[in-house]
Amino acid sequence: MVAAHERVPVAKTYKIYIGGKFPRTESGRYFALEDKKGKVIANVCRSSRKDFRNAVVAARGAQPGWAKASAYLRGQILYRVAEMLEGRKEQFVHELTIQGSTERQAQREVDASIDRLIYYAGWADKYQQVFSAVNPVSSSHFNFSVLEPTGVVTILAPNDSGLIGLISNVAATIVGGNTTVVLASEERPLSAVSFAEVLHASDVPGGVVNILTGFRSELTEQFASHMDVNAVVYCDGGRKVAKTVQEAAADNIKPAISRRGVDWLSDAGASPYLIRDTQEVKTTWHPIGT
Amino acid sequence: MSLTAVSTTARLPDLSRVPAVDEVGVNERVARFQSRSIKTTAKAEALRMILSMIDLTTLEGQDTPGKVRQLCQKAIHLHDSIPGLPHVAAVCVYPNMVAVAREALEGHDINIASVATAFPSGMSSLEVKLDDTRMAVDAGANEIDMVISRGAFLAGEYAYVFDEIAAIKEACGDAHLKVILETGELGTLDRVRRASVLAMHAGADFIKTSTGKIQPAATMQVTLVMLQAIRDYFYETGRMVGMKPAGGISTSKLAIHYLVMLRETLGQAWMTPEWFRFGASSLANDVLMQIARQATGVYQSADYFSKD
Repeated sequence: MVAAHERVPVAKTYKIYIGGKFPRTESGRYFALEDKKGKVIANVCRSSRKDFRNAVVAARGAQPGWAKASAYLRGQILYRVAEMLEGRKEQFVHELTIQGSTERQAQREVDASIDRLIYYAGWADKYQQVFSAVNPVSSSHFNFSVLEPTGVVTILAPNDSGLIGLISNVAATIVGGNTTVVLASEERPLSAVSFAEVLHASDVPGGVVNILTGFRSELTEQFASHMDVNAVVYCDGGRKVAKTVQEAAADNIKPAISRRGVDWLSDAGASPYLIRDTQEVKTTWHPIGT
Repeated sequence: MSLTAVSTTARLPDLSRVPAVDEVGVNERVARFQSRSIKTTAKAEALRMILSMIDLTTLEGQDTPGKVRQLCQKAIHLHDSIPGLPHVAAVCVYPNMVAVAREALEGHDINIASVATAFPSGMSSLEVKLDDTRMAVDAGANEIDMVISRGAFLAGEYAYVFDEIAAIKEACGDAHLKVILETGELGTLDRVRRASVLAMHAGADFIKTSTGKIQPAATMQVTLVMLQAIRDYFYETGRMVGMKPAGGISTSKLAIHYLVMLRETLGQAWMTPEWFRFGASSLANDVLMQIARQATGVYQSADYFSKD
């Protein structure tokens, strides 16, 4: 009698995302991600500071081109990301459930994530009107202020949310012409890696979003101190983390933007002010005849 | 000027006896150099050595005296906030900018290299090339970077190329002669090896890969072949010849790989600016950023380093 052959399932290798490519960490280090029962779900890259440096190089390289793309195009691309995510909903729901969410929670988080992308896609060609201004001055100048992207922004994504926290921060950052390096949630990193695949399939140029997985304890200070980073966003941690980030950021006086305690699933997690956080105001004094 | 002025000791060797290059072997050897791990103190030493070997270069049609003065400033003051840095070996400019560089570098121990001989194509008569060389030397260049006639070389007119190099060497007087093979136009590693042998026998003090105007410029493969030619020439004649890869070496990591290759092919004696140079413009800043990174522990940004 011939035994029925059971098919060997093909498990996914979770890699990091740098410059539009999916390398393994250069360090060759991994950590085992376990579910609540202690069963290993996946081996995840434990990125090193060199991976981070490479990601910043990629982000810096992609920034001028991304900032030059028209607001309309950036909006279209974000919309495209939402479309791609919608098509792969089931995979994301599944990944969130194996990382500890209930089916209902996961469903809600994925839906909210898609909506969040649409929300920021809509803001792409509008935030500039809302935040720019013509300023009254008491001299014969035409004086106006407009927003410009600050450059490369690092994001320490929220630890307690695998997808919506990451997407809210990334979308708000890149919609304004910045490029970014993100450290995914340490406890729920799988969705971040799969989201990188969605970005990759959505006309987001390589290097605009770079996603690393790994340990906060190891990378937080690097994310804040790198001189070629123009702003750092952090979403977790107590006073000790805040102190670390702020002190390291002080070297080149980059803004250290705290988004701790935000409920990313709620409406509070979506705001044009999140876009403005990583913009710089350029004011022009243009002489006019009296 | 006739070619009879060529020194009688220089003789064109039989290039058909130059050994063939094993391309697969070269690739494998180069891959090994890139797997060496150079860290901490060794890296710090390497970075400083690289700085001291750089020929800081500007060879653009848009060069102005102002741009050249700025480059010379950079050569003298690489990054003053880090004390104790070595200075670069030389600045490399066009012949009509040599006088400007001479003035700007007055009192500093930095050489002035000038390209000559109808750089970068070399498509002119010998008279023009000799005049070009003398003009640069008279203006104060202590190093001349000449290009070989690739067209003649590829057509097999080795004697012509040989005599040309020997004549330019004569015109250089005391100035060092670097011979640019423009390996990107030679096509095969066998030809690179032959051109290296030819140039060294004709009197080159240095052999150099490229002008920087043709892609591919310097690669580790062609540099290895040239280093091997230098080694064999040294065993044959007892004369040391220098090496200058130029073009496309813009990161410290790559430059360190070149140093590893130099050390393992020619040995310690060549590990000085006298015998090895990097022709580069953006490499210096990358090295400086690495040195600053080692000093401060923080990754650096190009925003805080002078551009030229």
